[in-house]
Amino acid sequence: MDGLDDIVEEFLVESHENLDQLDSDLVALEQDPNSRERLSSIFRTIHTIKGTSGFLAFNRLEEVTHVGENMLSRLRDGELALTPARTSVLLQMVDTVRALLTSIEASGGEGAVEVAGVVAAITAAMDDAPAAAAIPAPRTGTPAKATAVKAPAKAPAKAAAKAPAKAAAKAPVKAAKTPARKTTARKATTPRATTTPAAPAAGPLDDAPLAVLVDELPEGANAVMPERTVEEPAAPAPAAEQTETEAPSAGGDGQARRGVADSTIRVDVDLLDELMLLVGELVLTRNQIVQNVARQTDTDLIRASQRLNLIASELQEGVMKTRMQPIDHIWSKLPRVVRDLGLQCGKNVRLEMEGRETELDKTLLEAVKDPLTHLVRNSVDHGIEAVEARRKAGKPAEGVLTLRARHESGQVVVEVADDGAGIDPAKLGAKAVQRGLVTPDALTRMSPADILQLIFLPGFSTAAAVTNVSGRGVGMDVVKTNIEAIGGTIEVESDAGVGTVCRLRIPLTLAIVPALTVECAGDRYAIPQISLQELVSLDAEKAANAVEEVGGAQVYRLRGELLPLVRLTDVLGLTSERHDGHVVIAVLRSEGRRFGLVVDRVINTEEIVVKAVGGQMKAIGLYSGATVLGDGTVALILDVQALARRALRTETTERSQEAARDAAAAAASSETDRQRMLLAAIGGGRRVAIPLDTVTRLEQVRTESVEKVGNREVVQYRGAILPMVRLDRHLGAYGETDREVLEVIVYSDHGRSVAIVVEEILDIVDGEAAVRSDIDDLGLLGSAVLGDKVTELLDVRAAILAADPAFYSAHPTAPATPTGVPASLLEV
Amino acid sequence: MTAPARTAAPATSGQLATFRLDGDLYGIEVEHVQEVLRSQQLTRVPLAPTAVAGLINLRGQVVTAIELRERLGRPPRPEGTDPVVIVVRLHGEAVSMLVDSIADVVDVDASDFEAPPDTLEGQARDLIRGAYKLHGQLLLALDVQKAVSA
Repeated sequence: MDGLDDIVEEFLVESHENLDQLDSDLVALEQDPNSRERLSSIFRTIHTIKGTSGFLAFNRLEEVTHVGENMLSRLRDGELALTPARTSVLLQMVDTVRALLTSIEASGGEGAVEVAGVVAAITAAMDDAPAAAAIPAPRTGTPAKATAVKAPAKAPAKAAAKAPAKAAAKAPVKAAKTPARKTTARKATTPRATTTPAAPAAGPLDDAPLAVLVDELPEGANAVMPERTVEEPAAPAPAAEQTETEAPSAGGDGQARRGVADSTIRVDVDLLDELMLLVGELVLTRNQIVQNVARQTDTDLIRASQRLNLIASELQEGVMKTRMQPIDHIWSKLPRVVRDLGLQCGKNVRLEMEGRETELDKTLLEAVKDPLTHLVRNSVDHGIEAVEARRKAGKPAEGVLTLRARHESGQVVVEVADDGAGIDPAKLGAKAVQRGLVTPDALTRMSPADILQLIFLPGFSTAAAVTNVSGRGVGMDVVKTNIEAIGGTIEVESDAGVGTVCRLRIPLTLAIVPALTVECAGDRYAIPQISLQELVSLDAEKAANAVEEVGGAQVYRLRGELLPLVRLTDVLGLTSERHDGHVVIAVLRSEGRRFGLVVDRVINTEEIVVKAVGGQMKAIGLYSGATVLGDGTVALILDVQALARRALRTETTERSQEAARDAAAAAASSETDRQRMLLAAIGGGRRVAIPLDTVTRLEQVRTESVEKVGNREVVQYRGAILPMVRLDRHLGAYGETDREVLEVIVYSDHGRSVAIVVEEILDIVDGEAAVRSDIDDLGLLGSAVLGDKVTELLDVRAAILAADPAFYSAHPTAPATPTGVPASLLEV
Repeated sequence: MTAPARTAAPATSGQLATFRLDGDLYGIEVEHVQEVLRSQQLTRVPLAPTAVAGLINLRGQVVTAIELRERLGRPPRPEGTDPVVIVVRLHGEAVSMLVDSIADVVDVDASDFEAPPDTLEGQARDLIRGAYKLHGQLLLALDVQKAVSA
């Protein structure tokens, strides 16, 4: 009987789905032990598995489910109360069932899985109830007996439901299956003549070819369901459980349920992948045709191409939707994980889920499953404190772990938030220093947010680090890598004592992404729109002014903020073909950092289909794939994250990593501190250097807008009044006085800002190799040779105090440790 | 899948698809060859190994093209001559090689096989499994697996 394999396979698929549902049902039941609806749902699921396993002669499976069913039926009927012990044996039963199913899947048989222990445990758990003795034997026997009768009927029902599907292809219904069908029809209708819904449900079995292609197993399951609906009218059918949203509507009569079953369809994922591929090709061809037609004058052709454009878009959207699944598919396993882990760690954790219906592409769903589980485990294990600690901290004993998912501007945002102890940046930083991942110097300059990012460093994921540093580091680098592999990002926010939030941003789908195509050195490249913020085009004249052309570190003042520029030609080792001085900047964001990518020109935006590239291409680490453009040429897709990491290396934590490595090599020479300095002229040929990390913005202010308050100069800036200090006067130099436009360096800290006026911004240099001397003067910290000229090192603190004496005293931490700025300057 | 270690003398009989490169005749197992194409538009890949000539669009599939001359340490193809693209399929992945021209499919016999001559130098030594002595000519058996893993 060649159909048997298929039946077993269907049975396995269905049972696995049911088991996942079972896990979350059981945990939910524990919270709300009186929910008859949950009990009924659990009972039915086990019942279904048991029925089929009997038919398929999986005796041990039947034995386990049978005793489990007994217990469940008594729980359902209120003869037993649900205790944690009973929940545990039920979960144990589920695990055994799962093990058996795994064995069946692997070997076709039940293998060596032992069931006697579980059966004994369940029996014992049943017996310890005082009520047990009072239960008349026949009552417990009833459901079991009933199923014994039903069991053979049920499985054939599936066989029968399936048979016509086969029959549609092969001609007649097989002889072997015919009796089964008869049995079903008889069983379903005769003994329960009162259950009217059974009749319409059984209907499709007879005129099967119509109904069957649509839905095989759920249909079969449903066909026998009505007889049980009568017993538990309120409960949703387990077969409909894979579509959570639809399930409630299935609670009604048989007619309504059929509607649900008929309106869904099971499709092979491979087939969907293939369709997706074809649609991708269609989109490419569409692009090509639309581009070509744009040059034509034939209105009919233009109209047709517009229609094609529209249809292809809708088709693409439709096919993409078929691959979308609610995130609940992977979330449904987590209540069990949280419960087990909570018990194990002796913690009381409540799991809350928001936005479980949020959908994303199936392949992506698979890809985020493990990282998500990892984050959840981390939160329970290290984030949420033990009950005692929580009480001491004045928190409720029960910790709350919240999963949130939502769609946000073409992305899916998934958050794993806990109200635990949070991550202490100080401890984390200390640990990082101890592990040699970052130098103490570098650490002092890092913001708490930057320090948090250290948990993603590979070196952090060792066992020792786990327990000592509140443990967030376990494999976080792997989580990050996995998320980035699918084009997503991860960020961590933490408030010590309040909790931690891990936020994943994941693209909706992998295959087709909107992208910007740009040209660089004669080639075209695609930049995924997801990282693109804006485009800036500067003509030669403007570019000459606005782009600070300085050694190694080009910056552009984008609305006053310094935007580091990266030339794509430099990164790729090519030579630009554009020599007219025109600068096109794509402003990109990656991992919370902004930078400007300078390209030759922008071509257009189009939807691209991401194609895998060979291993050698991936190894370069700058391309996330390739695509075929409208005209049939291949274009590389730039990996913005990798680009940022490579180009902004000196700016990111990798600098610290490198610095740490250097430090290890050069041992004592802690001077390998590569501080970047902004060089400014203050008149009289004097130059001062200001640590770049103290500079918030560079601005130009018209002299006429400078106002006076008392004897102090101020300027209105972004709705605030900024005190000014003229560095030339402050340092006793004499600059030009009659300038129309003042060059201003804005320095901000804790919401206060001052404007430092200089004569001219000259350059940005690495302060590393500078020769220093201690010759100092009022307002200076010393001098150094920077860029071949003697440069004075500005005492920023003094300069700021000159402008705003209250600057540091405005916030409490300031006087003792003048946050960051002077500290780092002093250490230079 | 393909060549065992050189010491194991992969002196197989069978059919080799042959092609010419800088005057020499090379052969690869015919079952690896998916198709042969005339000149294709190449998209260069900055920072890729020098042997990667670029990417080609093979009916919507993006395929890496390896310049076999570069791989074998031969001089660049003369200006104005178009390469021929041999698409091979290895482990289900398509890769292509640029060669000068394509020649016949040749039946080879293991008894004609000889290990690579000691005079063979450089990168080529790693990629050439040996030679089949044909009439008046040597057919160099290329280890296609190694050749495309630039």
